[in-house]
Amino acid sequence: MDDQIGEIGLTIGLYIGLPALFLGIGWFIGYLSESRHEKSLRKREEALKDVEVTDMRNPPGFSDSAGACTLVSGEAVIASDAFKTWVFGLKNVVGGESKTFTRLFGRARREALLRMKAQAKDLGCNAICSVRIDGADIGGNASGVRGKRGSNMAIVMASGTAWRR
Amino acid sequence: MLIVNTETIPGKSVVELKGLVQGNTVRAKNIGRDIAAGFKNMVGGELKGYTELLTESRREALSRMAAQAEALGANAVVNVRFSTSAITSGASEMMAYGTAVVVQ
Repeated sequence: MDDQIGEIGLTIGLYIGLPALFLGIGWFIGYLSESRHEKSLRKREEALKDVEVTDMRNPPGFSDSAGACTLVSGEAVIASDAFKTWVFGLKNVVGGESKTFTRLFGRARREALLRMKAQAKDLGCNAICSVRIDGADIGGNASGVRGKRGSNMAIVMASGTAWRR
Repeated sequence: MLIVNTETIPGKSVVELKGLVQGNTVRAKNIGRDIAAGFKNMVGGELKGYTELLTESRREALSRMAAQAEALGANAVVNVRFSTSAITSGASEMMAYGTAVVVQ
């Protein structure tokens, strides 16, 4: 009798405890890495704020500028964690905005834009025009969720033309 | 070779149109990177391998496009656009296209 109860306990423990442990680890490390990333984003955005970014194709002053002008780009692929993916799964049932994924994609976009700005600054430019922001599909089960292709990583690519104001 | 994604280049004028040029590449990361990405999906964070994959693909596609423009006798490519598509697990196609022109 005691053996049976022990066995049932172990089964329940494995089926509930193990996923809960993964979720817990995911939540903890995911939370730490997200706040660290947001802090670093704010710092670098402050350092690169003199680079003027616009998606206009012909911003004021562009056609008379004599400075070098070339294509710059930035990419970022940020993974979701187990907890965010689980919360998103729940949200998918009831519908509505998924704040965790909105924030994840926001981070990826800011990172890609920052890398583009850093590239422009390295080239000695202080403005970027005609900026385009695209998503991409790397695809496959590398994303971890079987049957849901690429649904839990944020991929953002930014490109634009760097010039001197 | 001047490559921009605007229609004009400041201080230069387009004197001759050479037509549409494009370059594409399909790249994949090794299986180790894909497995590492799977693990990374538990704790979150940047998938550096995939970011590198995109950067490399973009550079490769651009250089092929530039080579095509050079073969046509152009000295600049304007209005460059990128497009991507997924082929299979962990592989992506990157295509860059633009208009090859002669500028002065």
